[in-house]
Amino acid sequence: MRKNLRVRMPRQRPEERIKNFAEVALGYSAEEAKEEASRCLGCSPAPCKEGCPVGIDIPGFVLHIKEGRFDSALNLLWEKNNLPAICGRVCPQETRCETLCILGKKGEPVAIGRLERFVADWGRSQDFKFRTPNPELRTMKVTVVGSGPAGLTAAADLANLGYRVTIFESLHLPGGVLRYGIPGFRLSKRILDFEIEGIKRLGVEIRTNMLIGKVFTLEDLFEQGYKAIFIGTGAGLPRFLSIPGENLAGIYSANEFLTRVNLMEAHRFPEYDTPVRRGKKVTVIGAGNVAFDAARVARRLGAEEVTITYRRSEQEMPARREEIEHAKEEGVKIKLLTLPIRFLGDERGWVKGMECTRMRLGKPDESGRRRPLPIEGSQFIMEVDTVVVAIGQGPNPLLPSYTPNLETTSKGHILVDKDGATPIPGVFAGGDIIPGEPTVIDAMGHGKRAARAIDRYLRQG
Amino acid sequence: MYRIVTKKRLAPEITLFQIKAPLIARKALPGQFVILRIDEQGERIPLTIYEADGAQGRITIIFQEVGKTTKKLSTLKVGDSLPDLLGPLGKPTSIEKYGEVLAIGGGIGIIPLVPIARALKEAGNRITTILGARTRDLIILEKEMKDLSREIYITTDDGSYGEEGLVTDALKELIAQKKRMDQVLAIGPLIMMKKVCEITKREKIPTMVSLNTIMVDGTGMCGSCRVRVGEENRFVCVHGPEFPGELVDFDELLAREKRFEREERIALERYEEELKGENAQAEARGED
Repeated sequence: MRKNLRVRMPRQRPEERIKNFAEVALGYSAEEAKEEASRCLGCSPAPCKEGCPVGIDIPGFVLHIKEGRFDSALNLLWEKNNLPAICGRVCPQETRCETLCILGKKGEPVAIGRLERFVADWGRSQDFKFRTPNPELRTMKVTVVGSGPAGLTAAADLANLGYRVTIFESLHLPGGVLRYGIPGFRLSKRILDFEIEGIKRLGVEIRTNMLIGKVFTLEDLFEQGYKAIFIGTGAGLPRFLSIPGENLAGIYSANEFLTRVNLMEAHRFPEYDTPVRRGKKVTVIGAGNVAFDAARVARRLGAEEVTITYRRSEQEMPARREEIEHAKEEGVKIKLLTLPIRFLGDERGWVKGMECTRMRLGKPDESGRRRPLPIEGSQFIMEVDTVVVAIGQGPNPLLPSYTPNLETTSKGHILVDKDGATPIPGVFAGGDIIPGEPTVIDAMGHGKRAARAIDRYLRQG
Repeated sequence: MYRIVTKKRLAPEITLFQIKAPLIARKALPGQFVILRIDEQGERIPLTIYEADGAQGRITIIFQEVGKTTKKLSTLKVGDSLPDLLGPLGKPTSIEKYGEVLAIGGGIGIIPLVPIARALKEAGNRITTILGARTRDLIILEKEMKDLSREIYITTDDGSYGEEGLVTDALKELIAQKKRMDQVLAIGPLIMMKKVCEITKREKIPTMVSLNTIMVDGTGMCGSCRVRVGEENRFVCVHGPEFPGELVDFDELLAREKRFEREERIALERYEEELKGENAQAEARGED
């Protein structure tokens, strides 16, 4: 029966890890990885492959691990995935490849994500650390705007296809949401730096502090000789609840709260200059991965009480199960079927409470989830000193607003066809800037798709 | 890296830098700003682009020492570089022909006032100016504004220069004289802009204000700079920095802008301690 269960991955103990920002999961040893890999049945055709947005040969790399050929495993991963150490950590395998694994029918599926992470981390510890640039570098230049998962992937694939790629990033460090959004305890910044270094070694140039749309318009870029442009400028304009008191001090968007800590290192204030409020009673509104990331950051900043406030029930929470479990282990409480209706402030304009109403679930709504309905007369007040609003965001408005001929939806997302092409010849887009609220791996899928389409477009000349 | 090519003291704690930033200089327009960082540990702070010289590839910023970052910034010398400079951010001022424009600048609010007033003048508007500050030394760029204005009024809180009083006193005076004002432009401390807008709202004179709020990314991603404008929540970084003053919820913004007061004090005190330590060491080594 042992075979039905996956090999456990060592983790930091909850009481330890809430005191630091280091990674929670510590990764498999070589022996553990081989043992886990040996559970794979090597199905042909392999259903797991169908679930991978970037088309990794999963049984192939798992077999290499099982037989101890870690270098071959890594090369096989790299064929499809330029950021394996990142995907092995943050991709929701349990709803993609792993959910299609035959072993999952009778027990636990093969831990594909953990194995991917193992191989990538093993590569990092070896001499052959990086891939080498395509020797047949062409003269053709392409550009990528934004260095998040979509942009990095598009850039790496285009470099592998022999294009000269320049990435423009507006922040002072590359990585996009991987840098400012995902906390170090899920994805260490060292790993991110390493993966980005790997992409640079493919010949990709990264220019930070560059505001495309303003310092260069898309037309300027074409005039400079770039033959195609991939836009991966990501998320922007965080959504708020539009309820009274939302601009009180102590209320953050998740983007602001996480950016202060992840990008600006506010948890190391005053050694670092950017501050963040260290609340005692923190609530995070929403139940996606971002909400759980924020809750776990708040816990590590020393909050005594951290709650997730969510208007539906546990079943509808969009976050990864693993994140929910980790958060619970760390003492994060979850208040379900609760909708904030008003924030209360003190005389200095700081949030001190949140009035909520209890909800019940009605009939399914357009998302297929049961619609939450308020229970009359059930209002109550929660005492809080810090609130993080994590209910999603729109696309970043900057580039579209300075590119008048780019078609956008009413919400400002850039419209693309099935190849990621916009109606402007040579301009492609992917990630959070196009409709659909993709995950990291979906955004990478967009980057891959666009790289292929750009290659076709340029070959047609 | 962005090299400082000119440094000038305009007042005891107010410094002007020209910085080599050709890409930004080429595209910057009046009303826009940059975000900079001074080192690896630094925060991202927004500062108005005072002047942009596309031909020379330089931008000019002017800043007052108000906290750790601006104090540390003021210690940089010609030849030093900033690692990070992003811009031009924000929407440029919409320059229209209003007719008679009253430009009101308080303290370092005079800095963004100059380029906007200049553009308005070039568009055929006639400019009358009120400048105010705590004390004489802090009335900066007076000559620049004088050159743009048909009339100029100066107020200081302590009466050390111009009339003793506030810019709002001068504003009330002009209103009492039935001075024609088709548009007011008011830039300064939040409390000043609030008071100006209370008066001009009553008099039904359209008033534009320029806000400088706490920001992180500056590209519309984080919402730190959000402000209630009428019924809407707007982001100063991408929807602003200019808004119709009569619609801005200044009370909310006043509270929001104080939200890191404690941390700002800690950072500043710690920095000043550090400086003292360095000075003491220098003294011990027999340097000045």
